[in-house]
Amino acid sequence: MPSQKKNDIAIRMEDVGIEIDGELDSGSEGKNRKAKASPRAGGRNGKPATTEDEEEEEDQDEAPRKRARKKKASAQDSEEEEEEDDRSAKRKGTKAAGRKKKAVKEEEEEEEEEKRGKKKKGGKGDAKGKGGKEKGSGKDKKKENGNSSSSGESGDEDSLSEGEMASLKEEVEEKKKLIATLRNKPWRMKRRLKLLKECQAFVEEFEGALGKGKGRKLYAYKVMMAKKMIKFNRDFDNFKTACIPWERKIKEVESHFGSSVASYFIFLRWMYGLNLVLFAFMFGLVVLPEVMMGLPYGSIPRKTVPRAEQDRAMDISVLLDFGGYCKYSILFYGFYNDERTIGVLQFRLPLSYLLVGVGIFGYSLMVVIRTMARNSDEGGDGGDDGQFTFAFKMFTSWDYLIGNPETADNKYASITTSFKESIVDEQENQKDENIHLRRFLRVLANFLILCSLGGSGFLIYFVVKRSQEFANLDQDELSWFEKNEVEFVMSLLGLVCPPLFETIAELEEYHPRIALKWQLGRIFALFLGNLYTFLFALFDEVNAKLEKEKSIRNATIWGLNEYYSNYSSYHNTTDIPPPDIHPADVIRGPCWETAVGIEFVKLTVSDIQVTYMTILIGDFLRAMIVRFLNYCWCWDLEAGFPSYGEFDISGNVLGLIFNQGMIWMGAFYAPGLVGLNVLRLLTSMYYQCWAVMSCNVPHERVFKASKSNNFYMGLLLLVLFLSLLPVVYTIMTLPPSFDCGPFSGREQMYNVVMETIENDLPAFIGNIFTYATNPGLILPAVLLMVLAIYYLNATSKNYQNANLELKKKMQMARDEEKNRRNNKENTNQVMQDLEDLLPNRSLLPPAAAEEKPPLEIVREKGSKPPKVAKRPGAAANGKGVNIQKDVSLAAPNPKAAVTHPPGPRGPSGNARGPPPGPARGRGRGTPPSRR
Amino acid sequence: MGTTASQLRKDLLSEYQELTFLTKREIILAHKRFSELLSKEDRNVPTPRVPMEKVLSLPELKSNPFRKRISHVFSTSDMKDGSLTFEDFLDLLSAFSDSATLEIKSHYAFRIFDFDDDGTLDGGDLEKLVNCLTGETDDTRLTTEEMRQLISNILEESDIDKDGTVNLSEFQHVISRSPDFVSSFKIVL
Repeated sequence: MPSQKKNDIAIRMEDVGIEIDGELDSGSEGKNRKAKASPRAGGRNGKPATTEDEEEEEDQDEAPRKRARKKKASAQDSEEEEEEDDRSAKRKGTKAAGRKKKAVKEEEEEEEEEKRGKKKKGGKGDAKGKGGKEKGSGKDKKKENGNSSSSGESGDEDSLSEGEMASLKEEVEEKKKLIATLRNKPWRMKRRLKLLKECQAFVEEFEGALGKGKGRKLYAYKVMMAKKMIKFNRDFDNFKTACIPWERKIKEVESHFGSSVASYFIFLRWMYGLNLVLFAFMFGLVVLPEVMMGLPYGSIPRKTVPRAEQDRAMDISVLLDFGGYCKYSILFYGFYNDERTIGVLQFRLPLSYLLVGVGIFGYSLMVVIRTMARNSDEGGDGGDDGQFTFAFKMFTSWDYLIGNPETADNKYASITTSFKESIVDEQENQKDENIHLRRFLRVLANFLILCSLGGSGFLIYFVVKRSQEFANLDQDELSWFEKNEVEFVMSLLGLVCPPLFETIAELEEYHPRIALKWQLGRIFALFLGNLYTFLFALFDEVNAKLEKEKSIRNATIWGLNEYYSNYSSYHNTTDIPPPDIHPADVIRGPCWETAVGIEFVKLTVSDIQVTYMTILIGDFLRAMIVRFLNYCWCWDLEAGFPSYGEFDISGNVLGLIFNQGMIWMGAFYAPGLVGLNVLRLLTSMYYQCWAVMSCNVPHERVFKASKSNNFYMGLLLLVLFLSLLPVVYTIMTLPPSFDCGPFSGREQMYNVVMETIENDLPAFIGNIFTYATNPGLILPAVLLMVLAIYYLNATSKNYQNANLELKKKMQMARDEEKNRRNNKENTNQVMQDLEDLLPNRSLLPPAAAEEKPPLEIVREKGSKPPKVAKRPGAAANGKGVNIQKDVSLAAPNPKAAVTHPPGPRGPSGNARGPPPGPARGRGRGTPPSRR
Repeated sequence: MGTTASQLRKDLLSEYQELTFLTKREIILAHKRFSELLSKEDRNVPTPRVPMEKVLSLPELKSNPFRKRISHVFSTSDMKDGSLTFEDFLDLLSAFSDSATLEIKSHYAFRIFDFDDDGTLDGGDLEKLVNCLTGETDDTRLTTEEMRQLISNILEESDIDKDGTVNLSEFQHVISRSPDFVSSFKIVL
């Protein structure tokens, strides 16, 4: 079969003729081809290069000329001259690359023409674009390798010389690369499909020929594995995307509300994924082992409800406060036993508990940072915002995901406003109407907000303090409100303050986008302040509990000693059985860890309740009222005052982030919290999706998700760090309770690790560990890290500079090229000026220009202004424009300026000699300043 | 679904996967949606085309101001009527898919914005583009003065070589700076 194919091809090759051979005879013609192809693919003359068929190609070819003609028309110059110039610029023009391209292209065209003419066979007669070329090269290859390769198939591939082998290999690799990158080419599917098939066929055919003698089998095996790998990867990718939940839901939201609202749900989904992993850790390594292998409920004091609480332990009100059976359950720290190993597997629960607690933070940190890095990778460098404000608004403001007419209308409106706004902004950039009043208002607003922040902080502190007093009183006398005061107040503050801030922010009259940032920052400060006040208050409580615990502990020890001495003196024996007390009756400490855990769980639960209630009342009920009361109301409810709610993206995201912060903080003391959070995220996904679709209206100003994604991630990272602090602090400094939790009886929680190292690991690891923790080693390590950071920072700065430099160069190169291509029309004033100033230019004997100028200038004035006005368009401040205009109008005929020395211009009247440099430089030097 | 999915041959499916940014599931879904758009008699034609009106009736494109341009750009029809074959349709979805590169996206965006298909964005193109973005109603339209101002501003920003038009490389240069172009230039079935 191959040989037959080859014959076929050979015949065709003969048909095609010598043109190809003449042009490509070396082994590197593949590369040659490629080089030719790429300029075309990359957009010759900066044009879309989807040249599928000849017509289009010719079209493209025509376009520059057309454009040139257009310009001609405006310049009203003699057609012939221009045409000639055009030609000359293209053919023997100064730029080698351009000429080469052109030449190459023509050759190709000719060649293809030839092909078409000669080819009799129908099949692949229309050699199209690259497909055709590749085919050609493929054929070439085959012919070149001719007999050897086809005979190689039949056995003796030794006939292939080394060089041929290498080139063939290169070719195959190239083809493979092409296959891999084919999807990146903006071509039609048909063409890509064809090319793909050809490449695949080629690779298929010649891959086997590669690899000699012994290596061959291995090579074939490798190739096969690579193929399998690709297929597997693709399947795996398919599988992965199939596993992503809620695609449909999010798409629905996207099409209704645009990408910004959807970004919240995507964030929520991401958070859900993260929490699922955390939950898997927590559940798999801590909760499950304890349930499966640990002691059952009621076996030891810490796993039993104390006698005093027992009769009320099953009351629903107690359970809802996470007291009673809840408190002494798997959900909280206190339930876990301090046995070093449990079960048949010798599972080291305390160690596992500590490592999971710390590991959760480690994993979260890693994931967040990785996501941030990935986010910052995609979508532009965004380094120079403000450079393209208008262009961005123009080219990227439409959200193609929008599929809902209402949203589309809103989007139209918001785009229009943004256009108008930016125009007005540009015009009245520094319009200063009563700047003092505005400043005063802004200061006032900030003062008010600071006051409310301080107030909320104080309120929380006060409430937590009061709750400690309440805790000392009898539980029965307290009302429900008094028991849940802290959570209630915190949630209420979170509910009331953001709108308050928004109202205050209206004093400031910031631009909406800036206002949004301020708002976010303030809410963030509020949440953070609240959380930390809460934490500090909690620390006070913990310290009080520690004191209490100490006394209880002493009492217990004293009691035990009493018992022992009494027992030994009474029974007169040293073999003392442990005191026979029912676990429920044992005196026990307050177990501060569980108390902290309970606080966090309560906080989370109340947060969930408040969020859900807000949605139900603020959105659903409001929507119901607006919808149904509208029939019998004095004004239009839908359009007027209450209207429907908008989805508060920033508030929701911040809520989610802070909720996550509480989870991170609380997870160590309440392993069940992670599970609770997973449930919460799961339900809120459905609940909020439903709420948003049924009771919210699209934003009046449709924001885009934009980079804020990373902004949210940054907030998350900050919160993660802030929640890491207290947990690590408690782990490292506070002594664990003596009678509850996995670390009871140890001085510090981290002693578990020490114990393991000492007892369970070989001695040398312990040695290594002691060395590693030696300050003498840690200090240099820290120093090294600091140095590394410094170094990396410096390099990154260097790269940035280099980048900037390259950008500049690129721009210059582009300008130059364009300039040349347009036959030195006055497209670039700067370059032109430069050329004017070059001595050898100016010294050339001036020719016809002398006579022309007056007329030309007049004509220029007539035809140019619209264009000129368009270009320097900074438009806004009239001054700038005027200057620019003057300058460009003062310029002599551009063509004359380049090809001839400057004409008589300006008062100096120095017609012949080189122009007085400074005068010119000043006169025309202005434009550069604006670039 | 079973019958429509089976119409897509397996080798073709894998080739499409190789050539587009779509996953298998997306391609199958696209095929299903495409088959739904086809009229009865078209189904037996070897490479059926869906007329532009039908393509535009897709909910994903319905409220897009550039829907006609999109259809035109991706159409391979000789009649220039904007009708799409399945492969054109896949091309469209691939360019608008989540994982398509910035280069592809900006390329097609340029073609979409280039209303007169002359390879550059000139004043007329930009004006049409602004009109598309501001909607059909009169109250959202810009005045001629504003339009002029806007277009001159845009050209000033993005027309690097100052020839009064924005060409592809200039366009891509601008777009590559945009933080949110990739995330918003998306159509998902």
